[in-house]
Amino acid sequence: MPTLRIPTPLRPYADGQTEISVQGKTVAEALGDLTTQFPELKKHLFSEAGELRAFVNLFLGEEDVRHLQGIETPLKDDDMLRIIPSIAGGNH
Amino acid sequence: MKLEITKYLLEKIHAHGEESYPEEVAGFLLGRAGATSRLATEILTFANAREDASRRNRYLLTPQDMLRAESKAEELGVDVIGVFHSHPDHPNRPSEFDMEWAMPWFSYLITCVEEGRAVESRSWRLGDDRSMFEEEEIQVS
Repeated sequence: MPTLRIPTPLRPYADGQTEISVQGKTVAEALGDLTTQFPELKKHLFSEAGELRAFVNLFLGEEDVRHLQGIETPLKDDDMLRIIPSIAGGNH
Repeated sequence: MKLEITKYLLEKIHAHGEESYPEEVAGFLLGRAGATSRLATEILTFANAREDASRRNRYLLTPQDMLRAESKAEELGVDVIGVFHSHPDHPNRPSEFDMEWAMPWFSYLITCVEEGRAVESRSWRLGDDRSMFEEEEIQVS
C-alpha cells in the first residue's frame, strides 16, 4: 500500500502518526482513504466546497503532483506521498 | 495554552521584523510541545517568497522551506511548533487571510512593527473547527 507522510501540525488529527498506509491507486483515492481513516483531517485538507485547500501541497518524491497529473496521479504500492503545507499569511 | 520563549529568541524575532520593515518577515518556531504549553528553542528564517509588490502585507514560506524546517527539527530532536511573522504598521491580530491559510495546532506569533520598531508580539492558535483564532499566553523567560 502507498504511504502518506503527515506534516507536524496535522499529526494530532491522525492519532499522532507520521506515516500512514493508505489504499488507493491514485492520489485522490489515497486522500479519500486517509480522510476515511481520520475524518478530523478532512476540514484541514479540503475546503467546504471539497477542493484541496490552497496551502496543501502533495509531493511524490521531489515532484509536486500539480506538475504530474494532479490528484489523478497514479500511485504504486511502494510510493511515499508527502503532504507539505505552504505557510502564508499577511496583514489584510 | 501557553507559548514559552526566551527573551533572546523573542528579541531576535523582533530584530528580524525591524530589519525587514516595511516588508513582512516570517519563519518557523522550533521546540517542544506539551499538551497545553510549548517551549520555543530555536527559530528559522527564510526569504519571503512573495513577489516584491506584495511583501508589505503578505508572506509565503514554500513547501521546500517547510521541508527544511522539518529536517532541521528532526536533527535537533524537536518539532516545528509554529510560525512567526510581522505585521508592519498593522495590529498583531490574525487577519482573514491569516485564518484562511492557517494550519491547525501551530502557534502563530505575530509581531506588530510600527514605523520600523517592533512594538509587541502576540501568539494565536487556530481552533479545531477553523472558525477562529484563540490567543495563547506568551511567557518570556
